[in-house]
Amino acid sequence: MKRKDIEYTTVSEVAGPLMIVEGVKDIAFNEVVKIKTSFGEERTGQILEAFEDKAVVQVFEGTRGLDTKNTSARFIGETMKLGVSKDMVGRVFDGTGNPLDNAPPIIPDERRDINGDPINPCAREYPREFIQTGISTIDGLNTLVRGQKLPIFSGSGLPHNELAAQVARQAKVLGKEEKFAVVFCAMGITSEEANLFIKDFENTGALERTVMFLNLADDPTIERIILPRMALTCAEYLAFDLDMHVLVVLTDMTNYAEALREIAAAREEVPGRRGYPGYMYTDLAMNYERAGRIKGKKGSITQIPMLTMPDDDITHPIPDLTGYITEGQIVLERGLHKKSIYPPIAVLPCLSRLMDRGIGKDKTREDHAGVSNQLYAAYAEGCDLRDLVAIVGEDALSDRDRKFLQFADEFEKRFVSQGPHEDRSIEQTLTISWELLSGLPVSELKKIDETYIKKYLPPVKEEK
Amino acid sequence: MSEIVGKIVRISGPVIEADDMRGSKMYDVVRVGDENLIGEIIRLNEDIATIQVYEDTNGLKPGEKVISTLEPLSVELGPGLITNIYDGIQRPLPAINKQTGDFIARGVEAHALDRKKKWHFKPTAKRGDKVKGCDIIGEVQESTIILHKIIVPPDVQGVLSSVGKEGDYTIEDDIAAVTTDKGNVKLKMLQRWPVRKARPVAEKYDPSLALITGQRVIDTFFPVAKGGTAAIPGGFGTGKTVMLHQLAKWSDAQIIVYVGCGERGNEMTDVLREFPVLEDPITHEPLMNRTVLIANTSNMPVAARDASVYTGITIAEYYRDMGYDVALMADSTSRWAEAMREISGRLEEMPGEEGYPAYLASRLAEFYERAGRVKLLGSKNKEGSVSVMGAVSPPGGDFSEPVAQNTLRIVKVFWALDADLADKRHFPSINWLKSYSLYLEEVSDWWEKTVGKDWLKLRNRAMALLQKESELQEIVKLVGPDALPPRERGLLESARMVRENYLQQSAFHEVDTYCPGKKQYEMLRLMLKFSDKIQEAVGKNVHIDDIISIKSRETLARTGTVPNEEFEKRFKSLEQEMENEINSLIKGRVK
Repeated sequence: MKRKDIEYTTVSEVAGPLMIVEGVKDIAFNEVVKIKTSFGEERTGQILEAFEDKAVVQVFEGTRGLDTKNTSARFIGETMKLGVSKDMVGRVFDGTGNPLDNAPPIIPDERRDINGDPINPCAREYPREFIQTGISTIDGLNTLVRGQKLPIFSGSGLPHNELAAQVARQAKVLGKEEKFAVVFCAMGITSEEANLFIKDFENTGALERTVMFLNLADDPTIERIILPRMALTCAEYLAFDLDMHVLVVLTDMTNYAEALREIAAAREEVPGRRGYPGYMYTDLAMNYERAGRIKGKKGSITQIPMLTMPDDDITHPIPDLTGYITEGQIVLERGLHKKSIYPPIAVLPCLSRLMDRGIGKDKTREDHAGVSNQLYAAYAEGCDLRDLVAIVGEDALSDRDRKFLQFADEFEKRFVSQGPHEDRSIEQTLTISWELLSGLPVSELKKIDETYIKKYLPPVKEEK
Repeated sequence: MSEIVGKIVRISGPVIEADDMRGSKMYDVVRVGDENLIGEIIRLNEDIATIQVYEDTNGLKPGEKVISTLEPLSVELGPGLITNIYDGIQRPLPAINKQTGDFIARGVEAHALDRKKKWHFKPTAKRGDKVKGCDIIGEVQESTIILHKIIVPPDVQGVLSSVGKEGDYTIEDDIAAVTTDKGNVKLKMLQRWPVRKARPVAEKYDPSLALITGQRVIDTFFPVAKGGTAAIPGGFGTGKTVMLHQLAKWSDAQIIVYVGCGERGNEMTDVLREFPVLEDPITHEPLMNRTVLIANTSNMPVAARDASVYTGITIAEYYRDMGYDVALMADSTSRWAEAMREISGRLEEMPGEEGYPAYLASRLAEFYERAGRVKLLGSKNKEGSVSVMGAVSPPGGDFSEPVAQNTLRIVKVFWALDADLADKRHFPSINWLKSYSLYLEEVSDWWEKTVGKDWLKLRNRAMALLQKESELQEIVKLVGPDALPPRERGLLESARMVRENYLQQSAFHEVDTYCPGKKQYEMLRLMLKFSDKIQEAVGKNVHIDDIISIKSRETLARTGTVPNEEFEKRFKSLEQEMENEINSLIKGRVK
């Protein structure tokens, strides 16, 4: 009998998502396990810890209904792999890689280990191609570039899904028509939320170029661990083998991290901060670092992970560790949302680390960097003054300060706020910026080069 | 000793256990499994050795063999290090790229240093010379600016029995021989040294020379000395990496070792892309020609992350032993500490604070202690230094966590990065009220001798001004700025000038990115003069709003971007203009 046909019925323990099988032979770390329950139902698992005669298995579809008497396990002799093919585009898959759309299974071109290998830093191409999302706060202040990983930090009840859908819908590189695909990976979101994306993709015709991996809120938690890995394996194939520009949307990373904690707890590991495992940083990085560009390859992977900050707390381990790995962050704020500003992007804590190389002459416009810095500084000052006004009243302010205060209000109303279907070009964004800046004294525009002030600052309007 | 071959009995992520390993030593390197993965022994219990594996363990099977090399984890030292980029265990990434393509596969073997390349060796010692460890026997031009000194290994002492003639050699060719007490020792350009053991020195000196970094807030306010240690803690987005890149670019050390430990892949790519193009302000050669890079990005195996800082510091010590001033940047030491935590967790050790192992503090101390300005072993009483600058990434930006706290107990300079400043795009976001440098006294000598006699006085005046500003800001928050007396409003304006235009410095502006010492001094002097003139004018009843709307104020604000070649001339005329403008305001008032 071949090794992979041996069925072990020696399950000795089942705890949380884990199962221990004794008396096994010749098993490998991270090998995939096929499990049959006493009702004949088949499930998949993976070896988390391998001993000479014992395996600790994490069961993907949950351990409900497993027993220590009749349950059997079969070790299939390979680690978790995903069959990849160009036909995956336009299809929907579940957490184990099986199709969910009632269409026949795909015929894989190749089977790939879902853990992937790290990209050699020497082989990376530095991302610098401007992606226009049509959203002023992103394009103007936190520019997204191809190959970047830029997460959206949100809170429960904020319109992050709408924002992500808008980005997926509008994102384009100026002046180029290239092969483009979206990989959408949903971890533990509700079917309602998933439908929002599906409908949006349908309406815009994007569904045909989208690969969906779905693990909804009522699907087994444990599958959430492998879902982004599968999605990214698929994305790597599309990007680096088929030359496509791939936008990967991962939502919601908070559910992913919760699943990670669940397994760690079941294994009785020493917990790190707030019960999350000490290796969460490494684990998240294994996913996030799979974005980027490679020298000599046409395709690219741009990642937009989304997460809900528990209690809107940006210092919570999930957003915190994410921010340490990703190249910036877009932060949504409840206060702006309550003021009916869409998208409620809290400009000050946002950042795009790759922005500097993606903007400027020949990419966006020569004045972009200066304008962006000036908007930031002026808005920050305006926000500070708001606190002051709350105490001393507006009358106590100097003329200069009053202008900054006004600037902050106008900035939120005209620059941050825009419609969910409004697709602003970078020129429009910059024009609005200059109009806003013209409300400030010219001598305060210290962050912008004088030549650009002369060239772009609109003439001062006569006061009526 | 005969070969030790054991077999795997347990695999748990990057940690495995192997049986039949009796006879191996702690920290010996082993080859694991059929793919010959590299690992290191971290615990021994009778026949069982616990091993951390430096590569991904997917698909590894219990029962596969483990072979001990009986040697500790070592780095290869010799010409060819400069301009190279290595992973955590010193495998050259460009060579791996050629071997296995764009992704790093497992079980790759590649020599750290090219075995075939010939280097032009010039002997500087002769037969019959008495030599000790770190004595120089010859030179190789390693890059356009680095003269690689071929030194006697620290543990060799005796009389040179032969030295090779000038000519081209590979690093494995014999180039000299030394007759020692224990027999004849052949020397090659290639040497090895175990990474976890500090290279010996004759004596440690107190650091006293300033390491000029071209960053105003650092050089003027919180200087670091050659051979000193500094920590840069800050939450994400506060600019740690940009800061370290700036230091790596502009520090006046002769050799830079940059360790990317558990950080982003694109950041290393950025260094790889920029450094060959950027020019060193002193030698006008590409910065890459004095740089060694270690890149163990966050998605590369975690055990190798632990090794990467040791690999880096050992290479730094090697160049120090040639008599160079070396600066090492580690980004980020928190990731290294987390790697320790992960391995410790897998070993089921009793955790200390926040799950970190109890030995966290001693490991950090050991590492930073390898920095210093030292008297070298050799017979010539030469000096060298290793300065260490480490980024710390505290969770949630909260400096009370174990890694930041344990680091601060050791290092002498603390550059506190502040998220509020970063949000306002005040970069570098070093908080001037929280940061400190214990080298201030030591380095002020150098500044006062070479730049300006009143350097320390100016610096302290500016610091006091900023301190006073923060006190006044508290009052402003309650009563508004208009309610302050004119003198205080003048102080606020002066402090704003220093804060916005001296402390802030753009890393991305081609001129502002590097500010020479003399220019720093002159800028500060002008700004304080502006402050004095404000007070003088206010005292003569000139309205503060009139003063701050003078034209030279704007010019003063833009002094950072005045090209370094012409600043002296332009500053002089600016000074004159400023005095004239304020004087005429005073005159107008008196009439």
